[in-house]
Parts: sequence; structure tokens; C-alpha cells
Amino acid sequence: MTHKLTGDQLLTTDPLARVEGEGAMTVRVRGGSVTDVELRIFEPPRFFEAFLRGRAYTEPPDITARICGICPVAYQMSSCLAIEQVCGVRVDGPLRDLRRLLYCGEWIESHALHIYLLHAPDFLGFDGVVDMAPHAPEAVERGLRLKRVGNEVMTLVGGRSIHPVNVKVGGFYRVPTRAELRTLREPLLHAREDALETVRWVSGFDFPDFEQHQEYLALRSPDSYAIEGGSFVSSSGIAFESADFDLHVREEHVARSNALHARLHGVGSYVVGPMARYTINHDVLSPLALEAAAAAGLGATCRNPFRSIIVRAVELVYACDEALRIVAGWEPPSQPAVEVTPRAGVGTGATEAPRGVIWHRYRLAGDGTIRDARIVPPTSQNQASIEEDMRSFVQDRLDLPTDELTRQCEQAIRNYDPCISCATHFLHLHVERA
Amino acid sequence: MSPQPVPATPKPPATKSPANNPPTTKPANPGGAAAKPKLAVWKFASCDGCQLSILNCEDELLALAGAVDIAYFPEATRGMVAGPYDLSLVEGSVTTPVDAERIRRIRAESSTLVTIGACATAGGIQALRNFADVDEFRSVVYAHPGYVSALDRSTGIATHVHVDFELRGCPIDKGQLLEVFAAFVQGRPPRVPAHSVCMECKLRGNVCVMVASGTPCMGPVTQAGCGALCPSYNRGCYACFGPKETANTASLADQLIRLGLGDRDVMRMFRTFNAAAEDFRQQSVAHDEGGRR
Repeated sequence: MTHKLTGDQLLTTDPLARVEGEGAMTVRVRGGSVTDVELRIFEPPRFFEAFLRGRAYTEPPDITARICGICPVAYQMSSCLAIEQVCGVRVDGPLRDLRRLLYCGEWIESHALHIYLLHAPDFLGFDGVVDMAPHAPEAVERGLRLKRVGNEVMTLVGGRSIHPVNVKVGGFYRVPTRAELRTLREPLLHAREDALETVRWVSGFDFPDFEQHQEYLALRSPDSYAIEGGSFVSSSGIAFESADFDLHVREEHVARSNALHARLHGVGSYVVGPMARYTINHDVLSPLALEAAAAAGLGATCRNPFRSIIVRAVELVYACDEALRIVAGWEPPSQPAVEVTPRAGVGTGATEAPRGVIWHRYRLAGDGTIRDARIVPPTSQNQASIEEDMRSFVQDRLDLPTDELTRQCEQAIRNYDPCISCATHFLHLHVERA
Repeated sequence: MSPQPVPATPKPPATKSPANNPPTTKPANPGGAAAKPKLAVWKFASCDGCQLSILNCEDELLALAGAVDIAYFPEATRGMVAGPYDLSLVEGSVTTPVDAERIRRIRAESSTLVTIGACATAGGIQALRNFADVDEFRSVVYAHPGYVSALDRSTGIATHVHVDFELRGCPIDKGQLLEVFAAFVQGRPPRVPAHSVCMECKLRGNVCVMVASGTPCMGPVTQAGCGALCPSYNRGCYACFGPKETANTASLADQLIRLGLGDRDVMRMFRTFNAAAEDFRQQSVAHDEGGRR
């Protein structure tokens, strides 16, 4: 289908390739104007929040990892923080560093996956990485090398890269020796060089002229780029603790699409993820990451979602830098985990998944049984902003042939690295036909 | 909608049953000897982790793409080639009426169909709904439960169609996945061990966590494949590869009780990522006071 969109028409992409999970988008055009955009997700509900009820307080790290195979550590970490908060435990020192190291591994793996295997093919006009490989062999090999190092970090610290087994409430089952951790140094040094090359490579791509002005929301820590914890800060200066997240963020029912959209109180739709983190926290990036960002032409913020691929590359440099810093200075703790005794109460935890902040809340009974659970993943928070992006993006491109417009829309959605399977339960499975 | 029944008979054990002997490769495409076999990767209810295992074969990915024609794999490419397919890998469980139909169409256009992971093989973590009231689940999670279309049960692919081989794990093991590809290309059955995690512990020289430190461990009833990962990290196995053949789950449950676990703990240990696998289902139900049978 290559005709242009005129009059009353529906443009449907179905299913959306190269996002984790499968989604589809509907754009309604009436009389030359975009009247409606709906991003839909073909992902059946899995009911995590329901079956967590009645489980033991020790189980969420293993269970919630299964929400997403691409960012299991993010779910493990947010759930641990929340339960530790209920039980009055704080995990610090070498255990917290080890968590951050594991999380850096996930950032490296996930960002390399998204940049090289999922997003770069859009910019260079390929269907996927396999088609791209003969034309850009060095780049593809670099991407696979980076991804492998991310997986190596996760495998050493977590036992395996998908659904790590070594994470527990309070810390770890077993901590590595210094010698084991040191084996990561060489691969990480190479990865950091590859990450710097990644920034140079992606900053040379052609970026559509497109800006959005959404509110950005990210975690912030006083002295480091927030990953495994922090307080919420928005680009307009709204600040709150994780415990108050549900006072500031409401999920509104949108009648048109029957989807739930997250809204920041007093602001409306907002964006989480690399662009938000960079805008709010770039001042605490490592010198090397800042230098790479400046050389790539990034300023104090990034407002073009297509350029999020550069921000991801800068975060790759930072994650390698941080992993190296932790590996160099790490001393094993006396115990692999802090003792966590259950008690009744409510706790929350928020950490920065590669694609944006994930928030968990648990209510425990005195014996540690979970009474209820709530999980807000990044893609459901970005959903409203993606749709708003698409509305103005498509409006300016109505003259394009349909298949080209479809391709460009897919690329624009991939700017947000949507983790469809995490966000599934915010969407209604309904296909609208004109 | 009518609920999907849980399979009444135990799932066939890995590698021994006819269901787990894939037919010799028969290229479905008539392109002759030079044509590469067409690979399709399908997603049902899942976390995408088993599909990610394919992309995690960093050292082998390009060689794999040289050996097979990646005809349908939306997580990796927007290029899509119509069926029939020589090899279909299926991730995820069947949880909606639409998906129950979709898997039949996929089976009809696939010469060989292999399930990858605990969801596709045993219903996955989402099969915890099988022991509960789905209407209640819906209202816990969704503001407008009426809009959510879901079956009462999450079921593995073999409940719906013939499966040529089931690859276990939550997630699958990358080495075992590559063995499936190699076996397919060479037209032989995959060599995947059917013994227990205990055997892997012995091979690895691990001290038994249950005997030495009284740590509850599912290793004796769990199929190998992970390399005894959890015991190597000082924790008990949590059975993400599902029941081994002829698993003596009753005996293990007795041992867990002797270690001081309550019925509810035993029930939870059998009711995780392979909760609907028959051997595990029976044992969890035996320890579920007042639960749905």
C-alpha cells in the first residue's frame, strides 16, 4: 500500500516490529488533520499484581523479574528497595555498589541492544540488524561486543543475564571475590572504547527536525547519575520522594482508547528514560561521558526524541565508566546480605530501568505475606507522550506515501525504547476499524 | 468463554517421548537444496526473555543468520516473509481466545514447531491464575476489568497443538538453544539432558545445599539445563526448568516439611514458573489448604 493519506483514513502499523513485545498504532485522519492517535499493545494480561498477593516478602525479586526479560534487574531492584523500606533495612556500602554494578551491566546490555539491533537500522534504512550487518560490519560487531560485555557483568554478579538468580531482599546470595570482579576490568575497558565510538557513530546519523516539550521525570542522587535509587525530580522542578509517587502521579482512564495514562499532578503527560535522566542529571555524569556528550553536540537538554539514541550512547559510556570505578575499588562485605526481618507496613522503591523509572509499592502483613502490590513500569508512563509525539509528527508528514510514513512512525515510537510487555496491563486490546 | 482445561495427563518427559523427537529436516520451501530453512519466532504471553536469548548469542548470531532465513521475528526485524516455515520457535503461553486460534494457524504453516521456555512449555508464571478466580485477578489489576479479554487458564502450547520439541527454562539456556538450531540444521534430535539438577551439582563439584546447610532446594525434581546455577550461588534451586521425568515430588515435599517448611511454603515452591506442569501442579494442590483444586 503506497498511496497517500487523504480524507478520512486509518493508518495502522501491525504489529510493531523491533519493540520488545508487540504493539500496534492507529492514526485517524479526518479532512487532512490528525484527530486521533492510539498506540495499542498486543500483549495479553498476565496479572502480576494480583498473584503477588499471598506470596512471601522474599519472592518479588524472582517473580517480578519475569515481567520483562530485557530489564529484569530493574524489577528486582525496585522490589528489593520497597520491601527493605517496609522492614526498616537500608542496603549500603559494598552491597549497594554491587547492585549498581549489576544494574550497569543491564544498562550496557539493554542500551547496546536498542542502539545497534533495534534503532540504528531505522536510521540507516534497514529492516533489522541482520540486513544491516553486511553494510556496516564493524558497527554491528562493535554493538554485539558491547552487548556481550553487559551480559558478562550480569552473569558474574547475577548468575545469568536474563532473570539473574543471585539477587535477594537485603543483598545477594553470594558475593564475588575481588579476583572474580577484577576479571571484568579488561572487557569493560574495551567496552568503554566501543561506547565512545558508539557516541561518535550515532551522532553522525540524520535526525528529523522534530522537537517535543514534555515534562521530564527522573530520579536524582546528590553525587552520582541516579540508577539504583534516588528521589524524583522533574524538569520544571517538581520534587518528591518515592513514598509520595502515587500522590503526584495518577493513572487516568482515557475513554477513547480505554487505556490508562500516567499523568503528573499539575502538569499532565510526561516522559521518563534517557532524555529525562540526561536533562536532569547531566551535571553529575563522569567527565568522560560529559566530554563525549559535548563532542556529540548535546547541550544541557535533549528535546528531539530521535536524538535519544545519542543520549543512550552517552549513558553507555557512563555505565562502563561506573562499572570500572566499582570494579577497581570494591572490597567484599562481611556478609552477602543484610538480615531482613518482616514486619507489617507499606514500602515503595524506585530505580532507573534502561528505558525509564520503575516504581513498586508493597503492603506486607506482620509475617511477611504480601497483602497488595502495585507496579508502574516506564512504558505506561511514556504512553501518553508517545501518542502526543505521534500526533504532531504525523501531521507534518501527511504527504508521505503510507508505507514510508509507517516506517517513520515505527522509528519515532522506538525513540522511547518501549518495553511493551512491561506495560501491557495499561492497555485495552481493541482494534478499531474505520 | 470456556476455561481451558489443565491437561489431565502428565506432560511427556523431555527427550524420551515421540513428541520430543523432531522429524528429520524437510525444507518446506520448494526452492531446492540451496534454499535456506525458513525460521519464524512467535510470541504469546511472556516476558520476551527467551526471544532475547536468541539475540544474546552475540558470537553466533550472524552465523545463525547465514544458516537460516530469518523470515519472521518481529522483535528483531520489520522484514516479514509469509509462511510456510521450516522451523517455528514459540515463546509464551496461550491466555486469550485469539491466541488459542493463532497457535493453530502457526502450527498449520510450520514443519517443525519448538517451544522455547517455561511459558510455552508449562504456562509460565501467569499460570498462577489457574489456581485462582480470574475475575478477581482482573479487578485487582484493571480499573475496567470488563475490557480485558483473558482465558481462565494459562496453558502451554502442547495443550493446543502438536509440539515437536520443548525447550525448558525460565529463561532457556543459550547453549541448549544453539543445540536445537544445530540439531535442526543437521536433521537430528537435539541432545538435551533429561536428568535432574542434582546431577549437574555433582558434575560441578558443588556441596549439596540441602544436605550440608538445610537450604530448601528443588534440585532433586527439576530438570537439568542451567548448570546448577542457584546452588552454585549458595541458594536452593527454584525449579525454573520445570519437573524432570519421573520426579518424586511427594518425597521432596516430605523432606521440605522435615526441614521446617509449612504447607504454604511447600505449595509456593511448587507453584512458580512451571506451576501448571502436572507433577508440580499436583504437589502444590496437595499442600494448598482451601485453594482451588
